[in-house]
Amino acid sequence: MKAARFDLVRPRDLSEALAALGATAGLVKVLAGGQSLGPMLNLRLVEPDLLVDIAGIPELRRIDREADALVFGACVTHADFEDGRAPDVGRDMLARVASGIAYRAVRNRGTIGGSLAHADPAADWVSTLSALGAEVEIASRSGRRRLTIGAFITGALATALQPGELLVAVRIPLVSAAARFGYVKHARKIGEFAHAIGAALVDPERGTARAVAGAIDAPPLVIEDALALFDRSSGLDREEAGRRLAAGGVEDAVDRHIHLEALGRALAQAFDATPPALRSAA
Amino acid sequence: MSAAPGARGEGVGARLPRKEDDRFMRGRGQYVADIRMAGMQDVAFVRSPLAHARIRGIRIPDDIRAQVFVADDLEGVAPIRAVSGLPGFKVSEQPVLAFGKVRQVGELVAMCVAATRAEAEDIAARVELDLDELPALYDMRLAREPGAALVHEHWGDNVFLETFVDVGIEKAFDAPIKVSRSISTSRQCMAPLEGRGVVAHLDRRLDQLTVHTACQMPHIVRSGLSECLGIEEGRIRVAAPDVGGGFGYKGILLPEEVCLGWLALRCGHPVRWIEDRREHLTAGANCREHHYEITVYADRDGAIRGVDCEAIVDSGAYSAYPFSACLEAAQVASILPGPYDFPAYRCRTWSVATNKAPILPYRGVARTGVCFALELALDAVAVEAGLTPEQVRLRNLVRPEQMPFDNITKKHFDSGDYPQALTRAVKAIDVDAVRARQKAGEPDGRRIGFGLSIYCEQAAHGTSVYSGWGIPMVPGHEQAGARVTPDGGLELRIGAHSHGQGLETTLAQVANEILGLPVAKIRVVHGDTAMTPYSTGAWGSRMMVMTGGAVAAAATELVGRLTAIGAHLLQADPADVRFEAGAVVGPNGDATVAEIARVWYRRPQDLPADAHGGGLEVTAGYKPVRDSGTFSYAAHAVVVAVDAEIGGVEILDYVIVEDGGVLVNPLVVDGQILGGLAQGVGTALLEEMPFDASGQPLASTFADYLLPGAAEVPSPRIDHMETPSPYTRFGVKGIGEGGAIAPPAALANAINDALRPLGVEMLVSPVTPRRIVEAVLSARESVSEARGAQRSAA
Repeated sequence: MKAARFDLVRPRDLSEALAALGATAGLVKVLAGGQSLGPMLNLRLVEPDLLVDIAGIPELRRIDREADALVFGACVTHADFEDGRAPDVGRDMLARVASGIAYRAVRNRGTIGGSLAHADPAADWVSTLSALGAEVEIASRSGRRRLTIGAFITGALATALQPGELLVAVRIPLVSAAARFGYVKHARKIGEFAHAIGAALVDPERGTARAVAGAIDAPPLVIEDALALFDRSSGLDREEAGRRLAAGGVEDAVDRHIHLEALGRALAQAFDATPPALRSAA
Repeated sequence: MSAAPGARGEGVGARLPRKEDDRFMRGRGQYVADIRMAGMQDVAFVRSPLAHARIRGIRIPDDIRAQVFVADDLEGVAPIRAVSGLPGFKVSEQPVLAFGKVRQVGELVAMCVAATRAEAEDIAARVELDLDELPALYDMRLAREPGAALVHEHWGDNVFLETFVDVGIEKAFDAPIKVSRSISTSRQCMAPLEGRGVVAHLDRRLDQLTVHTACQMPHIVRSGLSECLGIEEGRIRVAAPDVGGGFGYKGILLPEEVCLGWLALRCGHPVRWIEDRREHLTAGANCREHHYEITVYADRDGAIRGVDCEAIVDSGAYSAYPFSACLEAAQVASILPGPYDFPAYRCRTWSVATNKAPILPYRGVARTGVCFALELALDAVAVEAGLTPEQVRLRNLVRPEQMPFDNITKKHFDSGDYPQALTRAVKAIDVDAVRARQKAGEPDGRRIGFGLSIYCEQAAHGTSVYSGWGIPMVPGHEQAGARVTPDGGLELRIGAHSHGQGLETTLAQVANEILGLPVAKIRVVHGDTAMTPYSTGAWGSRMMVMTGGAVAAAATELVGRLTAIGAHLLQADPADVRFEAGAVVGPNGDATVAEIARVWYRRPQDLPADAHGGGLEVTAGYKPVRDSGTFSYAAHAVVVAVDAEIGGVEILDYVIVEDGGVLVNPLVVDGQILGGLAQGVGTALLEEMPFDASGQPLASTFADYLLPGAAEVPSPRIDHMETPSPYTRFGVKGIGEGGAIAPPAALANAINDALRPLGVEMLVSPVTPRRIVEAVLSARESVSEARGAQRSAA
């Protein structure tokens, strides 16, 4: 199929983009890497009146280092992380996740901001950034605001973005040197969207452990008290984690089993528990 | 096994890189979608959103009425009828645009034409269908139940054809081992890189409707277009440009081809339709859906005493032209016995009509399904008998000293050593080491499994086989044209089509073998009814046997013509010269093909007085000594690691021992095997088009319909045996489909071998992570229930 007719603007800077987003009546969509929106346009699943292409805005490709966080412009690509052009918040965390997103061709164009704004529950950044405690920065003509990922993603393919607003940056806290990140993506083939994601960040210096079960047709399930749910010798408390997954909408027993596996394996990685987890992907 | 590059020159057996790859690998192929014509307009179809419904009305806004065509507009166009002569076959009529009813999601209802595809889609979106939904037949087993809704009301049931064969099955009933299984293969969508596509225009100079179409059988499509459009065949030219994969998906007369043909005649300007992936996946999931209730009777030593089977094939809504709705199921009955020799057999099959796409023969046709059913059942026999999978197979395979062998369904196996293929595969994969590793256990907790499968594949079967089916197409002699060019090159003309098989190279090799001309100077013209002899096309792994044979026959005839002129030029007695390596060699010198050609075309004054007027151009026909088909075969052996908790399957090793008779180009054969293996892995582990209870196909993009990628396809170790066929030129056999036949069975057997200690047996393809985890959890549940029952009993 071919996309229905739409208008396209290519703002040169952020203020032009915000003006375009704020001025137009009708359906406006933001085009960043276009890796999800492109197919949706062609399938006519979305028929916008106006497309605002933000890929050429230099401010949105900036990376700023703050005292306790890195701030990535929304248009930093997955490949930027994979190739190390974008710095990492810990040892091989963002790069590792980025390198497993879809295929290289998608990673070359797809952006971290676009992925979050699209809010597909199966997307890698949605779960990863929930586990890392990231925040998004949102701008509009009337100002800026900051939301946690948990507040930003309100449902499957749904966010807190209001008309006229643009996700401009992602703020990811730096982790301590001792922190370990576990990540398990269950997919049937390389490049496929995940059927289950387990992500876990264990920071012994700070005494924190956060785990996430993602790709659950809803915002990711965040387990803030993962220390209480995981034991180095006996592993994941499957009963309690299963209860939370069920409460989070994962009612099917087979699905829940797979999600528990992904979660347990991610935690085992993050806790460096032995024996090493089974391979995740098929 | 294969000769080193160049070791056999460029002729039969040479491992030559493919000539056509130069343009393909540079992205310079010319496909239907690359065709540009002045004034060409694009077509988008309005397709049925429902699986089964009565059409109450079609509302077309006045301002677009002239750009929209529905069934009522197509005056004089006949429906597609693919009738089989098999007794009891019920005929379906497929209107090219739906009339009265729609019978599958994606069925064509209206044709919209505009300057661009996007505009044509805008128009299509404004056409409103008033449909009265009927109960959908989404499950072939339910479709056979009494009281089921009817796809074709006047039939009274939903069965295209029922077949039955019984060869003394009662003699097997007292066997000590009886293993029964319900085994299914899911519906798939063939997925060539290039979809279908049609460009049609009226050539007013020739008064000819020219249809460029991505197809495997242009001459058959021409006959079908003539029948449906009601115009003589001479007024139609069908040309297939470069075609990006066929596999059976393009071995059909399309309603779209008829529609575009009609539209080009009506509008006078060129029209184009290029299938997109949504159309492909939602309207074109058309293969592989079989269900088997199979019982194998065996002795304790593994000897098969008999096979008893009921098989259902989901044939979809209509009988596809030319292969019909019954080829698949009727084949099931005739080929289920596989490469084995056993004394008793019974099989009943049903070709069932449902509200899905008409079934098409996909690479391997019914063989992938029957191999899956029988090979899984044989592993179950092995378990029951306490034997290894290889022992059971070796006990029953047809032995080389029995060849040629007429099996229980009267298939005539031409040659081969089936046990050797199996033994070599088992040895190459080092089954002892695999068993040791399996026993030791993996450090990561995954389970190792070993799987085998073996099949034989009838290819290039001809008149005597197909005349019995009574379908619109029966292959006879295959023909090839061969013409020496004035500068001593060679043009070959064949009526079938090369859409990835490498025929531009391999047919040139055949001609090279006889004429000695360099492959670089031999060009193959194919796939165009205006330029080639008639052919039923590229299907059934028949090209190298049939077209290769025809090319050899034409080249041989040319040798005679060349020799007569060459002898005259050498002033030698024709009895004293011989043709060798591109020249006529006489006692006192030689005359090259180029020199002879120059005389024939440019200096006829130098020809002998009695020169043959046919000159250096011939059309020759070919049939094998027997036309019951060649039987290539292969044993596949695979080792997997299965993650039982999450359902992951990793292929650790894959061995294929293949016997395709004499190989014209082992490199091309390896490519065929690799491509087939990729599709077999898809069938085994990934590909499935699920339908919901309203008959909606649920995988409408490649995000949902999963195809294997580079990371999912193993690099197999391929070992060739070369047992010549006694019936064909050079002893070649057809091998095009084999790679796709055995992998699902071998992989499922390996997965079952890995999971057997957990009490799990997977009997449905594809074996997905979800199916594995589901089976593992349910096995665990029944174990704990049994324990609970024991405890309470105690």
